[in-house]
Amino acid sequence: MIVELGHFALVLAFSLAVLQSVLPLWGTVSNNNRLMATADTSSIGILFFVTAAFASLMWSYAVSDFSVVNVWQNSHSQMPFLYKLTGTWGNHEGSMLLWVFILALFAAAVSMFGANLPNKLRANVQVVQAWMLATFLLFILVTSNPFARQPAAVEGQDLNPILQDIGLAIHPPMLYLGYVGFSITFAFAIAALMEGRLDSAWARWVRPWAMIAWTFLTAGIAMGSYWAYYELGWGGWWFWDPVENASFLPWLSGTALLHSALVMEKRDALKIWTVLLAILTFSLSLLGTFLVRSGVLTSVHTFASDPSRGLFILAILCAFVGGALFLFVLRSSKLEEGGLFAPVSREGALVFNNVILSAAAATVLIGTLYPVIYEAITDDKISVGAPFFNLSFGLVMIPLLIAIPFGPLLSWKRGDLLGIGQRLLFALGVAIAATIAIGVSIEGGPWLAPIGIGLSVWLMVGSFAELVQRAGFRKVDFSTSIRRLKGLPRSVWSTAFAHFGIGVTLFGIVAVTAFETETIASMKPDQTVQSGKFVLRYDGDISTVGPNYSERGANFSILRDGELVGVARPSKRFFPARQMPTSEASIHTFGFSQLYVALGDVEEGGAVTVRIWWKPFITLIWLGCVVMVIAGSFSLSDRRLRIGAPQKRKKKKKGESVAA
Amino acid sequence: MSRKTNRLFWIGTIGCVMALALGLSMYALRSGISFAMSPSELKAASVTSGQRVRLFGLVEEGSVKKGEGLNVEFSLTDNSQTISVSFNKILPDLFRENQGIITEGYLDAGGHFQADTVLAKHDENYMPADMAEKLKEQGVWQGAGDDK
Repeated sequence: MIVELGHFALVLAFSLAVLQSVLPLWGTVSNNNRLMATADTSSIGILFFVTAAFASLMWSYAVSDFSVVNVWQNSHSQMPFLYKLTGTWGNHEGSMLLWVFILALFAAAVSMFGANLPNKLRANVQVVQAWMLATFLLFILVTSNPFARQPAAVEGQDLNPILQDIGLAIHPPMLYLGYVGFSITFAFAIAALMEGRLDSAWARWVRPWAMIAWTFLTAGIAMGSYWAYYELGWGGWWFWDPVENASFLPWLSGTALLHSALVMEKRDALKIWTVLLAILTFSLSLLGTFLVRSGVLTSVHTFASDPSRGLFILAILCAFVGGALFLFVLRSSKLEEGGLFAPVSREGALVFNNVILSAAAATVLIGTLYPVIYEAITDDKISVGAPFFNLSFGLVMIPLLIAIPFGPLLSWKRGDLLGIGQRLLFALGVAIAATIAIGVSIEGGPWLAPIGIGLSVWLMVGSFAELVQRAGFRKVDFSTSIRRLKGLPRSVWSTAFAHFGIGVTLFGIVAVTAFETETIASMKPDQTVQSGKFVLRYDGDISTVGPNYSERGANFSILRDGELVGVARPSKRFFPARQMPTSEASIHTFGFSQLYVALGDVEEGGAVTVRIWWKPFITLIWLGCVVMVIAGSFSLSDRRLRIGAPQKRKKKKKGESVAA
Repeated sequence: MSRKTNRLFWIGTIGCVMALALGLSMYALRSGISFAMSPSELKAASVTSGQRVRLFGLVEEGSVKKGEGLNVEFSLTDNSQTISVSFNKILPDLFRENQGIITEGYLDAGGHFQADTVLAKHDENYMPADMAEKLKEQGVWQGAGDDK
């Protein structure tokens, strides 16, 4: 019964979305405020019904109702309760429902927090959101109904063992909040084009939403990377897999959007470009969804390769992206663009940021889609691997990384490069010292490593230059400096920490790429093997039984200088329901570095094969992202960024003819 | 700075960055890609020994031989041609006989494939999409429902 109610709720949500696609639009045309206001009610209704549908699917997972096909295919009665719940979105149908649920959440957010938006703008935004909701709800109802029934089965087919992990509880919701969060900025961009007006109030509205989406996306990507790292047992943290790229592309353009919206807000310029970025960012999110769902590209992630679904999503993609770009071409000439900027100025630096990020995104896009295009033209199948991305993306990003500390120090309109150079001398000194120190200590090692480390140190130290400057250390007495620091807008702190986070991540990437060591050994009991500073001794194996799997593990003593510092217990699990084994790597953290032990096969004669990595400073890769996420959240608490910034708008209302 | 030089500066910067990105991409694409082939295609193709390719196929039943240490040999087949592959790292969890896998490496002078990477999919029904297509063409497809 509950399942049928869920299905029914989904149909109701779809009907409401269709209504909301039309009524408010009619209202804007006929200047009828009551028609426009219907969207405020209907979007809450949609959220209510989609939540009900989602909850009922989750309920059938919780109680292991195997008469639901989706539950039967992806769950097992013996699974731990948490995995039963997260299994709700560990499959194509459920994850699409999560996607739409988050879309509905963001649509309702505009109704709830948008009271201070001009009526027409709000109505148009809600209409665009309703178009998306209606389309994706239709997609679910037609091609991927999670509520389909069958004669009840006794036992389920189990959730893919790889997904039976806490990572599934966190990674997809985070990633979707980021991906789908950009639907708001997309809706705002389209609404602005429909109305043909765009002012800095628009940018003030868009920026916090872009920031929310960006923050979640950063967290989602980092979480996904760490999950792949510990779960797959390959020891890698980024594979340049098409699906990873699909989430990275909106991140790159979303980052560019955050920076260009800043220019628009402060200088009332770069409007057309900002609107285009808002459109492109969500288009890249849609592209990501399409790539994951359609199986067009061979990836380690793909869930569902049902061609009819892929075609449907491709149609959605073409309609939304094509429609948006068409509208953009049609209307963008009506928007007034500000003048050019002085190259050495804050806005100049932000434009530079946008140029580089766009170029970087373009290289990733080329590498991701090249195999598809190549196959279409020549019928040969190729794959584009990590070397391509490391070379092209890596080199393109370097000028930006060098420039980051300069940006926040430059003043608007006209900056003073020489003066800023002086303020960054300290950071430069530390960076050079680090480069030399590393260069000397590795003598004859990879020559790129010291430079990379130097660059990351430059970023980490240089990011705080603005804080130091604003506090006026050494110019005024210490307590005044501290008071000034406390009084700084939160966005200044966030900028510093977000940039610092990039430095931290870069440090981790460089260190682990240059200095990681890998040891593969075949060991018998009591044999030892050396890895970095550590010696591992194989102590024998143990078998255990879990709720829905059997496990065979091996015990290794980790010794440093002859002293026991830990016990590694990598294992292999076997899930009978799916006849599928998984590896559980054993990871020990020492400071920021990790010792990663993965188990291979047991050979005849009792020997085991084992793969051991020493990964120096690897946790910094994710800790840097954590810093960025904290910085993003902190900036949202800034008064200037608070959604809607109500007081300012009211005052502005009279003289609002600023924009075209 | 006059308006004109300013405009020139920006056009120049954007042009340079885009040219750099494009140029690098083109350059990197020459070395960063590898062709994906089935055993039949690899045999028919004129690859120079040492050129990196991706080879996909089914692991032939009864062909997996474990050697000294981590060395392992097996045959990959597309049911018309077969190529023997050697590999000396840890095989992925889902490596099994009759399973579709992808390997990366190069063909040595003796017509033997030296793999440095073996990929098997997370999903038990997985078969490389390219591979499934080929097998369907040849009418030997017997995968379970590829739905999910």
